[in-house]
Parts: sequence; structure tokens; C-alpha cells
Amino acid sequence: MSRADVISLLYIVAFSLFIVGLRMLRGPRTAVRGNQIAAVGMAIAVGATLAQPGVGDWLLIVIGVAIGVAVGVPAARSVKMTAMPQMVALFNGVGGGAVALIAVVEFRAADVELPLDALIPLLFAAIVGSISFWGSNVAFLKLQELMKGSIRTPPAVNGALLLIAVALAVVIAAGSESELLFWLILLSAGALGVLAVVPIGGADMPVVISTLNAFTGLSAAAAGIALDNTALIVAGMLVGASGSILTKQMADAMNRSIANVFFAGVGTGATSALAAA
Amino acid sequence: MDLLTELAILVLAAFVGFEVISKVPNTLHTPLMSGTNAIHGIVVLGGLILIGHVDGVLNDVLLVVAIAFGTINVIGGFLVTDRMLGMFKGKKPDEPR
Repeated sequence: MSRADVISLLYIVAFSLFIVGLRMLRGPRTAVRGNQIAAVGMAIAVGATLAQPGVGDWLLIVIGVAIGVAVGVPAARSVKMTAMPQMVALFNGVGGGAVALIAVVEFRAADVELPLDALIPLLFAAIVGSISFWGSNVAFLKLQELMKGSIRTPPAVNGALLLIAVALAVVIAAGSESELLFWLILLSAGALGVLAVVPIGGADMPVVISTLNAFTGLSAAAAGIALDNTALIVAGMLVGASGSILTKQMADAMNRSIANVFFAGVGTGATSALAAA
Repeated sequence: MDLLTELAILVLAAFVGFEVISKVPNTLHTPLMSGTNAIHGIVVLGGLILIGHVDGVLNDVLLVVAIAFGTINVIGGFLVTDRMLGMFKGKKPDEPR
């Protein structure tokens, strides 16, 4: 068995553990163990990846991981229980940011023109990752009460931003190698993420964070297709799918529809009654 | 790997994702969101793989940030989920962990 085969096998072990872990997270008695099992899966996936031939620049890897640990561990340990939702938003945001950055570098570093079956998922990952990063950060700022007020932009503006991002992506897919265009895609998607979350009130924010969580999962899966990495595809899609179901359940528990949360605003009882009717 | 194989994996993973979260009690919504949030931190693998293959200061900087972000997502996510779930334990009679 070659080294690549062993790594693929370890990936299979890893995502099996994710699935088992998620299952156990459904019940209050098994949830703690489920979370630990998923964490073990993650450790296996990371270990297998580090054993891949060609993985290098160890100094930079250590620096990156060290920064991540130095920021993430104290933040997670010290956060107050009441501030958990915004912490999850922040962690979700950086995940989306990581996807977007990886997409940029993959695009910049390609010496030959990327084939479409890598380029299209890459552009998707960039757009969705950027929406998730900026949207989640706004969700964090609002829940932390660092940002107040709710300017509602007309839906046409948000639609136009999405259209711009997709149009630029089409230009790149059609063969443009302009790096500027790629950054503009991230910028317009990011602006969309900000403007879409700004008008949403605190009570609805968990539904928003859960939506963005599913988004980050989808973008990770897309990045997995672009990078030919099964662990990313499976884990990303698991989160994308389970996150969508979870979002629906959270909205149902509040007697609101997801569309209502994103487009109707808070405190507009009449609108939500209308939407429910 | 060819695209169709990857799409097959993607679709199957989607169905598993839908099925695995069928009915969740309301109290577990936030921990479950946090747990899935930690799992998509798997993107850190993308950074780990790419960083050995690229040149240039800007690429390196972007990837170090990506790895830091991904690490925060993974470690922070699992720790925070564990703390949230610890609250459930507290309600029952004390049992040593």
C-alpha cells in the first residue's frame, strides 16, 4: 500500500468519526462523547495530511497553527456562557475566511490555467466563503453590541452585488487570469455578506449564524473538489447539509421561516403574521 | 480524481448530512451548530497542503493567515462545544469526569 493509500484510508476513518460524532451530538446524553469523537476524527485528518508527500514549509505551518492556538484556546476558554452564540459566529467566520484565502492562493499560484472542473468550484468557494466571513463578523459585532442600528439596504442592492460577483466569476471562468478580478469577487461577495446581516436583529441571529455555518460547510466542500481532497468534500458537505436542516429546525422552533428572518426584519409582527398566513 | 467521482461523494455526503440530523431537541440546537461549525474547520487541511507548493511572500502570508483561521475554527469550535455541553452535565447529580 502506498503512502497516498494510507492517507486516503485515514481520511475515511476521519469522516466516519465525524458522522458518528454528529449522530451522537443529537442526544443530550451522548453529545459530549460525540463532540470528542468528532475532534479525534479531526486530529486524524490533520495528522494524515501532514504526512502527505510535498507538505512542507514547516516553519510557516507551525507559525500559523501557533497563532491559531494562541487566539482560539483562550477565546474559547474565557467566553461567557451568555456570549456563546457570537463566539460560534466568530469561529464560523474565520472558517469562511480560510476558505476564501485558500481559494485566492490556489488561483494566484496556478502556473498553468486551471481546468474548469477545478476553477468553478474554486470561484464558488471564494464567493460563499467571503459572504460567510463578512456576514459572520457582522453577526458577532451585533451580538456583542459593538455595532448597533439596522440600516436596511434595498434588496436590489444585495441582488446586484451577488450578480456582480457571479458575473466576474464567469469572466474568470471564461479565461481571464486577472488577479484583480478575483479580489473584486471577494469584495462584492463580502459587501453582500455585510449588508445582508446588518439589518437582522439579535433574536434572529442564531438562525443567521446557522445559515452562514451551512454556507461555510458548502464552501469547504467546493474547495475540496478544487483541491481533490475527499476529507474536505465529505466533511464540508456534511456540515452544509446538516447545517441547512438545523437552520430550518431553529427557525421552526421560533415559529419563523428562514426567508422571514432574512427579508422581513425584526419586530415587524404584522409581516411575520402575513408570511405565516 | 475525476469530477464525477467527486460529485458522487458530494451527493452521498449531502444525504448523510440530511439524515444524521433528523430530530434534535431545541436545547441541543446551539451545541450542534457549534459542533458542525468545528467540523468545517477541516478547511485547515487546504492551507496545510497548499503552503508547501506555493512561492512568494504574499501567498505565504495569506496561507499562514488561512491556517491560523482554520486552527481557530477547529480548536475553538470543539472547545466551545465541549463547554456548552458541560452545562447539561451540571444539571445532573455530580459525577466525576
